[in-house]
Amino acid sequence: MKNEIILLLLIMVAGTGGELCVARTMQAVGPATDLRPAALIRLILRALRNGWMWLGFLLMTVGFFSLLEMLSLENVSFVVPVTALSYGFGALGGKVFLREQVTRKRWAGVLLVCLGVGLVLIGQR
Amino acid sequence: MQTFARVPWKVYLLIMVMVILGPLGNVLLGKGMKRIGVASGWNQAGLLHFLTQLSGSGVIWLGLLCLMAFFTAYMLVLSWADYSYVQPASAVAYAMVALLGHFLLGEVVTPVRWAGVLIICLGVLVVGHTPPRTTEFRG
Repeated sequence: MKNEIILLLLIMVAGTGGELCVARTMQAVGPATDLRPAALIRLILRALRNGWMWLGFLLMTVGFFSLLEMLSLENVSFVVPVTALSYGFGALGGKVFLREQVTRKRWAGVLLVCLGVGLVLIGQR
Repeated sequence: MQTFARVPWKVYLLIMVMVILGPLGNVLLGKGMKRIGVASGWNQAGLLHFLTQLSGSGVIWLGLLCLMAFFTAYMLVLSWADYSYVQPASAVAYAMVALLGHFLLGEVVTPVRWAGVLIICLGVLVVGHTPPRTTEFRG
């Protein structure tokens, strides 16, 4: 059971943490203003020069392999709905790590999404 | 702070691109991998054969292209909007998969799943009524 708890934490913390690092990179790179292919490639290269981006890739990879490992230990019907919690974790990370203003209204929306995703995933079994 | 009220259509458009291309890329990769099957062995010859099949599969390339376009759209959206705005908004993908499954593939969608779809849409609507960007450029 201890392994399962560690894996669940890794799925949420590393998976969502990786996305938060990508978001942190884009905060540093700045808003894209030119959407032509050459400008997009320059934007991607600028992002790849940022350390947060590589940490993001690393964490997302850890999250992905933790999910695969968890799926080999537990039923999909248990594992997948738990991933709905990552929406709550993401909003918390946005507030603490990215200093985003997560208002009560946004929290309410995030909680509804968590609940909805959980129901969709439970309902398909 | 850059106010984003002027260009919200870009955010909505690219979230829709993410919602469509992310699941599509995964489905194509899954389909391609099922066609190829597992590697015949982890020795050099087996791996070489597997990689040759992988690189020769149009479905795999299409899946990778979709996922690359998805990630580019994701990066662009995050350059304009908060993560805590984009992440729940992209959950529309779950609703989209249920709707497409029901109307295009004739899949049975249980009442619990429909309730989930409705609650996701409601949640996304609530998040959509908050300002997309609340932080400043940190460059």
